[in-house]
Amino acid sequence: MVEVTPPDPLRGSPSPQGGGSALAPTVLRLTSITKRFGPLVANDAISLDLAQGEVVALLGENGAGKTTLMNILFGHYVADEGTVEAFGKPLTPGDPRAALNAGVGMVHQHFTLADNMTVLENIALGTEPLFAPRFRAGSARDKITRLSGSFGLEVDPDRLVANLTVGERQRVEILKALYRDARILILDEPTAVLTPIETDALFATLRELVADGLSIIFISHKLHEVMAISDRVIVLRGGKVAGERQTSETDRRELAALMVGQELVPPPVTPAVRGRLLMSLKGVSTDGGRNPLRGVDLELFGGEITGIAGVSGNGQAALAGLLSGTTGASAGMFEIAGSSATNWSPSAALARGVGRVPEDRHAVGAIADMSVLENVISEQYRSPRFSRRGFLDWAAARAFAEQVIRDYDVKCPGPDARIRLLSGGNMQKLILGRALDSEPAIILANQPTRGLDVGAIAYVHGRLLEARARGAAILLISEDLDEILTLSDNIAVMSAGKLSSVSKRGQRSIAQLGELMAGHGEAAHAA
Amino acid sequence: MRLEPKPAPSLTATLAYPVGALVVTFFIASLLVLAAGANPLSVFGLVLKGAAGSQFALVETLTRATPLIFTGLAVAVAFRARLWNIGAEAQLYAGAVMTVVLGTGALPLPAPILLPLIAISAALAGALMLLGPAILKTRFGVDEVVTTLLLNFVMILFVSMLLEGVLKDPMGLGWPKSQSLIAEARLPRIIGNRRLHYGFVLAIACAVAVWIIMKKTALGYEMRAVGHNAEAARFAGMKVNTILIKTALLSGGLAALAGFSEVAGLKGNLTLDLSPGFGYTGIVVAMLAMLNPLGVVIAAIFVAGIFVGADAMSRSAGVPSYIANVMVATALLTMVTAIMLTRFRVRWR
Repeated sequence: MVEVTPPDPLRGSPSPQGGGSALAPTVLRLTSITKRFGPLVANDAISLDLAQGEVVALLGENGAGKTTLMNILFGHYVADEGTVEAFGKPLTPGDPRAALNAGVGMVHQHFTLADNMTVLENIALGTEPLFAPRFRAGSARDKITRLSGSFGLEVDPDRLVANLTVGERQRVEILKALYRDARILILDEPTAVLTPIETDALFATLRELVADGLSIIFISHKLHEVMAISDRVIVLRGGKVAGERQTSETDRRELAALMVGQELVPPPVTPAVRGRLLMSLKGVSTDGGRNPLRGVDLELFGGEITGIAGVSGNGQAALAGLLSGTTGASAGMFEIAGSSATNWSPSAALARGVGRVPEDRHAVGAIADMSVLENVISEQYRSPRFSRRGFLDWAAARAFAEQVIRDYDVKCPGPDARIRLLSGGNMQKLILGRALDSEPAIILANQPTRGLDVGAIAYVHGRLLEARARGAAILLISEDLDEILTLSDNIAVMSAGKLSSVSKRGQRSIAQLGELMAGHGEAAHAA
Repeated sequence: MRLEPKPAPSLTATLAYPVGALVVTFFIASLLVLAAGANPLSVFGLVLKGAAGSQFALVETLTRATPLIFTGLAVAVAFRARLWNIGAEAQLYAGAVMTVVLGTGALPLPAPILLPLIAISAALAGALMLLGPAILKTRFGVDEVVTTLLLNFVMILFVSMLLEGVLKDPMGLGWPKSQSLIAEARLPRIIGNRRLHYGFVLAIACAVAVWIIMKKTALGYEMRAVGHNAEAARFAGMKVNTILIKTALLSGGLAALAGFSEVAGLKGNLTLDLSPGFGYTGIVVAMLAMLNPLGVVIAAIFVAGIFVGADAMSRSAGVPSYIANVMVATALLTMVTAIMLTRFRVRWR
């Protein structure tokens, strides 16, 4: 094996742009890794080579084994079979420090930064001796400034992390890895929280890093990003390598088929038929919460899907709360079907015909330790259908649960199964069934497909389009721009608690939407 | 060490773990008995004989179990909704005070009217006792563990003040005790002159009623939903605060019935030693019963049996009756561990 000593990242290696040539030395080698959890084989003889200066995309749905593989690399799990080598030397299994010391850095999807500390302190945290007499901030600051200068990772080392945008925080995470002389960078779904513009900036940085001789593993399930940034794609499915392609020799369609195991058929979207005005917000603001609404105007019409794009944490939760009944409007006019929504509460929302699919299906959508049966009636157990004089009719509830399980294709052992044991997709189908069964006139779908596999996503989309066809007004809040673009008849963008004007399908380009997501343009729109 | 959730526990496991817990409990208690220089098997035999070996023993056990069923139910109901009512002791005394206030001659009514009236008033007094902490919790987020626990001491001192003052029996030779109940306010005995009284029947009836509420009614469903996930319950349209208040009223009322039953069924008057910690032992009983209302009856009889049996045993075997406290405490710990083991798998690494 060729030995590569981790060089100083600033030395400016002459490695060719684009990397990945057959001549570049292999820096990381996972050899037939197998990991079992009881009867489940999470990784089945997965092998992976990474060459110097190469970007390898690890593509796969949730549960394909990406996370398990990375946990093995980082010593959080011990593989049942197989070995991990970095720079030609085997890593000690089960030792989280081994990978770090070997020059492997990871940027997690959920950042691991201390909000109450500065960028500098966050980066130096853990690299300084615990009982050093004083923190040598000077040399650390120099190194950070040099690193951020050479790789387009601009961020002020003395700012508090709490005041940084999401994109800046991610830069800090990357800097953290580089500061520790990482030569292999692993990015786990790095674009999930970024606007399109921030994503472009990230990709530019990654290209700089590769040009400098770093190697990158890019974990994602977004095909266009994988196509844009990687040299080589490894597709995982069901714990196995489903295929390996040079990016230049493949296309999105082929990768999607490899990822899912079958050809994907996008749901047919028929032209919208605008119905009655069912909900309107005029200058609505909310109090409290971390990201309140500030003067939002929005109208929902029957027979249309209105998509709210935007990076999460910009007021989507408050907007969803308004429709769900968990949040009230503190200012402005909020009308449902022409009459004001007063005495607003979740039960009032239900009574006014709002069907709700909440963002967090585990914590809000379902009661994990109760059964399918008990969960499915939670919104209507007071109706005469399920209770009489305070006594519940469990037989009727059971019949309803069985009906939802059947109609919404929920895979579970039966009505008595605890919700906790259902997969995310099946839990979401159940919540969808609970919300849609009464044919609500207005439907709130907040991140309805986050974390679901492609099959379940197609199912949820199909059901929402069905509801649209029968004349429901649907508010779709999603961070997934592809989802918004596919489903929405009208699109508005949320940024800093304000909502952009609504555009019709196809009216705004992705670039224009990206501008709005970043908070540019239309500044004068909402007063 | 890590805990990983298990899939649905099998019926065998659900039954095997509690039995295992009892075996471990007796094993640990055996070590102490050996240390006291006695034969564990004969000691446990004596405990069993003392608890259930004769009609007298059995009656004594059931009599002792009666207040524990009430307080155990009170705790089970509250804990199910994650309302941490540690104040069953105070609510018990609230019920006892109401019983002597109404039952010492203030209301000259026949027993069939007077007894239900006193029982309901006592329950109301206990319910009000817990209403305060419940409102503080729902309105201002004040931790009910602190408020209910501290109210226990407030209540005991308040009762002490009453017994030295307005409720003091003028004929009591200066002892801090209340006047005795009139005959119409006494719960009748069940078997001849044995101490077991109709409070026990009322306790069983309450257990069945609570079981029906928890299993069959919308309120019970709401309480369980709020206990498992208040956030999801609120999202589904449940009025979480109202449900918590209702839970508090039910729980406080049940605990107060323990006070009513002890005064009207057994003691006939109110003294400061009415309850040797029935309110706290109710927590143990409820946990042993895994918060199941019918399980509370069994757990209360088990705990009462150990105390009654250990008293009898210590007289003949010379092992201190404190062994009962050790056994009940150990049973609680092993049972809680067993419940955890039915739900989680422990992984060492």
